[in-house]
Amino acid sequence: MRLPPWLLSDRAGLGLLLLLALLIIVVPTLNLLTPPDSALHLSAYTVTLLGKYLCYALLAVAVDLVWGYMGILSLGHAAFFALGGYCLGMYLMRQIGTRGVYGDPLLPDFMVFLNWKELPWYWHGFDSFGFAVLMVMVIPGLLAFIFGWFAFRSRVSGVYLSIITQALTYALMLAFFRNEMGFGGNNGLTDFKDVLGFSLQAEGTRIVLFMLSALALATGYLACRWLVSTRMGRVLVAIRDSEDRARFLGYRVERVKTLVFAFSAILAGVAGALYVPQVGIINPGEFAPINSIEAVIWVAIGGRGTLVGAVIGAVLVNFAKSWLTGALPEIWLFALGGLFVAVTLFLPHGLMGLVRRRAEAAS
Amino acid sequence: MTTRTLIRAGLGGLVLLLLSLLAPLPVQAADDNALRAALPTLRTAGFTEKAALIENLVQLPHPRVVPLLAAMAGGRLYYRAANDQFVIALNDAAEPAIEDAVTGAALGQVDKRDLERISANNRLRALIENQLAGLGLASSDPVQRKAAVEAFLRNPQTEGAARLRERQPVETDENIRKLLTAALALVELGNSDAAIRAQAATALSGWTQPEIRGRLMRAAADDADVHVREAAQKALAKTEFRLQLLSWAETLFFGLSLGSVLILAAIGLAVTFGVMGVINMAHGELMMLGAYTTWLVQQWLPLNWSLPVAVPLAFLVAALVGIAIERGIIRFLYGRPLETLLATFGVSLILQQAVRSIFSPLNRSVATPEWMSGTILLGPLEVTLNRLIIIGFCIVVFALLWLALQRTRLGLEVRAVAQNRAMARAMGVRSARVDALTFGLGSGIAGVAGVALSQLTNVGPNLGQNYIVDSFMVVVFGGVGNLWGTMVAGLSLGVANKLLEPWSGAVLAKILVLAFLILFIQKRPRGLFPQRGRAAEV
Amino acid sequence: MSELISDIEGGIRTVDASVDASHGILLYLEGVTVSFDGFKAIDNLSLYIGDGELRCIIGPNGAGKTTMMDIITGKTKPDTGRVFFGQTIDLLQLDEPAIARIGIGRKFQKPTVIEPLSVLENLELAMSGAKYLRGLMTTRLTGEERERIGAVLERIGLSDLAQRQAGILAHGQKQWLEIGMLLMQQPRLLLVDEPVAGMTPAEMERTAELLNSLAGEHSVVVVEHDMGFVRSIADKVTVLHQGRVLAEGTLEEVQADPKVIEVYLGDDHAAH
Repeated sequence: MRLPPWLLSDRAGLGLLLLLALLIIVVPTLNLLTPPDSALHLSAYTVTLLGKYLCYALLAVAVDLVWGYMGILSLGHAAFFALGGYCLGMYLMRQIGTRGVYGDPLLPDFMVFLNWKELPWYWHGFDSFGFAVLMVMVIPGLLAFIFGWFAFRSRVSGVYLSIITQALTYALMLAFFRNEMGFGGNNGLTDFKDVLGFSLQAEGTRIVLFMLSALALATGYLACRWLVSTRMGRVLVAIRDSEDRARFLGYRVERVKTLVFAFSAILAGVAGALYVPQVGIINPGEFAPINSIEAVIWVAIGGRGTLVGAVIGAVLVNFAKSWLTGALPEIWLFALGGLFVAVTLFLPHGLMGLVRRRAEAAS
Repeated sequence: MTTRTLIRAGLGGLVLLLLSLLAPLPVQAADDNALRAALPTLRTAGFTEKAALIENLVQLPHPRVVPLLAAMAGGRLYYRAANDQFVIALNDAAEPAIEDAVTGAALGQVDKRDLERISANNRLRALIENQLAGLGLASSDPVQRKAAVEAFLRNPQTEGAARLRERQPVETDENIRKLLTAALALVELGNSDAAIRAQAATALSGWTQPEIRGRLMRAAADDADVHVREAAQKALAKTEFRLQLLSWAETLFFGLSLGSVLILAAIGLAVTFGVMGVINMAHGELMMLGAYTTWLVQQWLPLNWSLPVAVPLAFLVAALVGIAIERGIIRFLYGRPLETLLATFGVSLILQQAVRSIFSPLNRSVATPEWMSGTILLGPLEVTLNRLIIIGFCIVVFALLWLALQRTRLGLEVRAVAQNRAMARAMGVRSARVDALTFGLGSGIAGVAGVALSQLTNVGPNLGQNYIVDSFMVVVFGGVGNLWGTMVAGLSLGVANKLLEPWSGAVLAKILVLAFLILFIQKRPRGLFPQRGRAAEV
Repeated sequence: MSELISDIEGGIRTVDASVDASHGILLYLEGVTVSFDGFKAIDNLSLYIGDGELRCIIGPNGAGKTTMMDIITGKTKPDTGRVFFGQTIDLLQLDEPAIARIGIGRKFQKPTVIEPLSVLENLELAMSGAKYLRGLMTTRLTGEERERIGAVLERIGLSDLAQRQAGILAHGQKQWLEIGMLLMQQPRLLLVDEPVAGMTPAEMERTAELLNSLAGEHSVVVVEHDMGFVRSIADKVTVLHQGRVLAEGTLEEVQADPKVIEVYLGDDHAAH
């Protein structure tokens, strides 16, 4: 098999794909084929943690596509991530069936608790896995499409756009906190039992979810890499650097933006959907504005407009977060805050920029 | 009205308010012995004798007669055998705090078992109420006279009506005279003559007291005479309309109150974002610093003085932190708004964590000084004083800022740099200094807003985050670079929010307002009052 | 939705045969007025550009030159007046991309090329042809496209720099690249705003050659301050002043026009 030229020239990307392939092989091997007391054994906890990082990485790739290539700083991507998560969460809730605390065959526990008599209309269909997966992509994609269609057509851009995307996720957060919305209010959706009949507690299921996350990241990465390598990719860069030029060349800038924004939201939704069964809960806190901004900083640290950088940034920052919040919880926000400042001041092109400069200096 | 007179009027009002609150209470000399001598028989007398005793007590010109009788009607008048004295229990506890019935001196707490209650039956209680009303009506203090009429309204009796009728023509206070008329009309509603009843019903229109409305409703439904029923219905309709107006006025007030909070939160941002084009995500945390400054000041100073000290101090603290942010970070990022946004967000995280580490992650309670608590009548509307003062405070801050920008050298330079940086520099404006000072000004105002917020909400590390989205929306809605726009936007969003609340609930109202803003900005990206010309294109 | 998917881009298919310039006039501006906050940037302006003509527009600052370009390209809508492309196409009904599509290319005052992309990619970006969504979703150039780009590269003299990043080109080269991008659109009308500002004399000479070679094949409107450059290219010059046409004719004719002399030199005379 010969690789197409657009992929062949992307050495960092090939490295990433290779690494993901390796993870898909090595992680199950280490988990399933080594005895639990072996030094090489990966616990279910570690596997889940790695899976979480990969979901975040996919979210970061989605953010980088719109920010790094098209110049739209979205402070609302966590909303699409959370919406994807809620869609799958609704499926998982309905799988619980009579095993809930109240044992209602149809209604999730929180609805019984609120004295609801029947399932709200928008919960119908989520007992089907296929439908739920479809919604994981349709709901975030549709929201982004409608939002983008209005915003880009009236040429809202720059910081204004950033602020209204933030308002969007903030409004959604407030909405999902309400019990009346029918998504479990404050507590969100949790107590999941199984997916497609496989118990979420089983190591095998966790391994498969991890492998799916790696696969989704690889696919998402490839899709974005291909997109930015096409002529469409050049149009995106033109829009980022000179929107007027693109418009006077005859491009319908707002349509390009809307479509790519929606595509990016779909990626974020998929990431959220893979995230939820691994962490076992989705609640309105996922809509918090800070989550979106954190995703942006992963991209900034890795180096925006590189896609690979987004993955590196997401994994590094989240690794540091897991480690620091465990070891020195007081330090974490200082460190994260410091990172924001340091990267924007001293590392405008992120780690990838640093690597590239090194490489150029060496050659 | 010019801004200067506005400020003067506002400050003058505040001063008057303070003075009236600090005015000393009148002291009355009294003959304690006569009262003390009249009491012992109360212990032993039967109810009929007690009635006579009460009529006698009322004749004594002693200020403690009223509280004493009131306590007796409420079952809180006791005889304390140990000291052979009469006491009033101040609460219902097993060991209530007591005071001397004659002098009013506090006597600490005692076990209820050591006390002997001076009992009263329903008839006595009615008699006392009636007598108290009479006492109150004769009082020289209009507040007491008003209370007496109101007590009558709660418990109208034909015997008392005679006293009201006597009082009505000589009453000097117009409001009390009106109230007296209403009280008498309430009595006439029981008259056997239908014409008088109808007249009384008409006279009662517009009175919102629940007692009057309840009586009118009964008349509107059950009165034997159709004219009386109609008159009562008409009167009720008028009352309902008045109530509606009052509730609108109340909504408006709450809206203005919320709006002034929004303005306070947004106005500093209007300076940094609007004038300088800098996105400061740490703006909310600067407000938080102001709120914490207030808390710190309250640890050191007496409560009543803490706020006047906290305001300038909060301004200073936030302004210095703001200047440090500008000099340390933002000045390297001019022309890169999205990067500024990220860097200042980092600063906001650091400030939040700093507060958590230094003060604790828990909320701190900032107390409200006495002169800001309680309610005040604004015409027929009863409003909480702290909200009213914050509205006034918002006006003062806005006016001062406006003056600073319009009338001072710094303001001139700020506006020059905002309009054309290169040209301003060519004219000799030191733009770096102006940037730092502008940012300090905007940040300082955020600190001042934090002082106001500390009076309304919990002071904790998350205080800033809760306001940042709102403040940005206010600035963008009003039109960036336009202070008046910020004011109009803040007020209208505040009022809109409160108008929606009754039928949608607080959270949904907020969501609806946000959704409206998102749509609005898409329709008019430059806000209500856009800046025009080439400068706006940048 | 389907329209949106299929119509992200609207490069014209070929040089548009539907533009009806049968009367010899390609662009009509008639009675156009536009004001900002009461200030009339364009005041009852009428202007006609012939098919294949090379026209220079000159005028002092604030004469309305850039606003006029904004109106033709759809960026600004006038308060009154008519703007027609050929006999039949009402430009006021169209937005910027649509106007670009029917064959009007615009070069900005400040050279605007997409700096991170290579010279070749910049030209590819501007290329007209069947470039619906499907056309954009490709990473390769066809042989015919390669030829078209090659031809333009040669014409603007950047063949050797095709793979070079546009951001590191010299100022003059960026200007040529931008003109090249307009040519890739295969426009009937080119609007060129101050092409030689900041150029060396040698670069100016080459630019003059380039623009002269375009006339005939395309109509070209050049806004320029540099009189020497105007002399080297224009057969017809229009002088704008305060949003109106002050004079029109050959450069010699307008230079001899007393009204023009007063506008350009009047203040100086008064001062001396």
